[in-house]
Amino acid sequence: MYVAVKGGEAAIENAHKLLAEDRRGDPDVPELTVAQIREQLSLAVDRVMTEGSVYDPDLAALALKQARGDQVEAIFLLRAYRTTLPRFAVSKPIDTARMQVSRRISSCFKDMPGGQLLGPTFDYTHRLLDFSLLAKGEAPQAEGNGGSVADALPQVVDLLNAEGLIEQEKPDPDDAPVGDLTREPLLLPAGRDVRLQNLTRADEGYLLALGYSTQRGYARSHPFVGEIRSGEVSVEIDVPELGFSVDIGDITVTECQMVNQFRGSKTEPPKFTRGYGLSFGYAERKAMAMALVDRALRAEELGEDVTAPAQDQEFVLYHADNVEASGFVQHLKLPHHVDFQSELTLVRTMRAEIAAEREEALREAAQ
Amino acid sequence: MTIQQSYAATATVAGYNFAFLDEQTKRMIRRAILKAVAIPGYQVPFGSREMPLPYGWGTGGMQVTAAVIGKNDVLKVIDQGADDTTNAVSIRRFFTRMTGVATTEKTREATLIQTRHRVPEMPLTENQILVYQVPIPEPLRWLEPRESETRKMHALSEYGVMHVKLYEDISRHGHISTAYDYPVMVNGRYLMRCSPIPKFDTPKLHMNAALQLFGAGREKRIYAVPPYTEVKPLDFEDHPFQIERWPETCALCNAEDSFLDEVILDDRGGRMFVCSDTDYCSERQAAGHRGRMAAPYKEEAAQ
Repeated sequence: MYVAVKGGEAAIENAHKLLAEDRRGDPDVPELTVAQIREQLSLAVDRVMTEGSVYDPDLAALALKQARGDQVEAIFLLRAYRTTLPRFAVSKPIDTARMQVSRRISSCFKDMPGGQLLGPTFDYTHRLLDFSLLAKGEAPQAEGNGGSVADALPQVVDLLNAEGLIEQEKPDPDDAPVGDLTREPLLLPAGRDVRLQNLTRADEGYLLALGYSTQRGYARSHPFVGEIRSGEVSVEIDVPELGFSVDIGDITVTECQMVNQFRGSKTEPPKFTRGYGLSFGYAERKAMAMALVDRALRAEELGEDVTAPAQDQEFVLYHADNVEASGFVQHLKLPHHVDFQSELTLVRTMRAEIAAEREEALREAAQ
Repeated sequence: MTIQQSYAATATVAGYNFAFLDEQTKRMIRRAILKAVAIPGYQVPFGSREMPLPYGWGTGGMQVTAAVIGKNDVLKVIDQGADDTTNAVSIRRFFTRMTGVATTEKTREATLIQTRHRVPEMPLTENQILVYQVPIPEPLRWLEPRESETRKMHALSEYGVMHVKLYEDISRHGHISTAYDYPVMVNGRYLMRCSPIPKFDTPKLHMNAALQLFGAGREKRIYAVPPYTEVKPLDFEDHPFQIERWPETCALCNAEDSFLDEVILDDRGGRMFVCSDTDYCSERQAAGHRGRMAAPYKEEAAQ
């Protein structure tokens, strides 16, 4: 008799059918459409786009539907699709100063040119379950213009900059190559472009915990929210054949400029330093956590001691990607019986040797 | 920059290129493979892509396979030595969908073999490529977690820590307690991890006629052992390298020279040992070999 331990085509086939059935749930309940997910679970869509590295709300919503709402699985689906897309251009840097903002706040100043604009935020809601949403309700209507401000608002960090209070950030020249982790492997030490790309793609929960750790004393950097802004920016690419740049569409992004203390060094007077976070859509928690971690990762560049996990490039960057992490953690489910057999054989041999030695010792003691 | 991609004539699944990856990506991977072949055992960083299977399932091996597979290839996929384990079935099915190439379960018929955790028992030939799926390519990783450090150690051939580790094993346990993933020196220069294969398989890497390619997707490294390359397990004169042995032979084909899986038969300690390499086992059975638990040799089976 031979026990069937091997899987097979039929087992996989049946598992896929079960999965499809479970995904659909009770057929008496109407099926979700991708448009419903895109419109009504938009923050989930934003996260999937950000960590999936594809700006496409429809595909992200489709991924969420297919993944039964599992965010990491949806991110994975979108990433795998992304692999098949050619990269045909590198855009010009987006100009967030020219953003059409729907939210813009600063914790550094009570007021500033352009004002504070709360926008669609959970910040001051009372977290009480709203049972009226159980029933079908009327579409709520916001008052005014929906909160969007057309005029370009100055960046708060630029206001500090005017006084020389904050470090200057000089953009790389336009023709400098931009690192791309989806094309090149991570090599250390990584430049800030690659680090920021890694952090934008990083798992939100992971960044949140790392950012939080810097607030609790592991690489404390005295952060203030210089500015958070969300809204639409246009994406432009240079077309060499045309000789000028072309606007290829608008995307919604959330940007966080964190302002951190810097005590100064022998050569430099005290001033503020920056941490930067950017995400697609309204993934604000992500952008804030990212800004904290970005600042922590600049420790070496700013001459600070590297003592905490959040400052350790290799630790932070290598473990940030949830598609990588989820895959490797879960691969432990795959059969490992060959390796285990080797270990089993070894452990048995070692135990037998020890038993033999003990017996030998007993025999000698008895003599 | 021009947008240009050469698509293979026949895509098996609409909208996807032959073997899933686009041609530029394949070219990039082939360049990494060529470098790996030129420097045996050296880990070449490459721009690993996200694949439609999770990291840890064999994305590195799949990318290598996708980069080298051609229409005339005959593909065999094994996991734990077997063609019918779920992951092997899934990867074989992926390449069938994405390439339409012929697949086989017979080692001798395959031109390209992707494997996880085993080397086939049957000796390979010069016309075959063996692709290993590698989870952690760095042999020094458990001794030094930092990539920046281990790269320096390789550059300087600074492998003393590994010898110390093996020596400590011997002084603590009486012998080297590495049962799989045994460290080897390739071509006398680079310390290499042979993906987790049991040390039973380690000697098969030495002077193998086939090209052996190793792909680590999540860690973004490719390395290679070209045909007829020296691969030497680390050991000591007074503690030579040894492979594991079993108290029994295969219960189905009676082989005494193959890696055996232990199968638990009941909850009273009953068990049997069978070949992990299913092709090797079934070929032996077809040739009339019988183990103690196999069905008796039947005429129709021989026909």
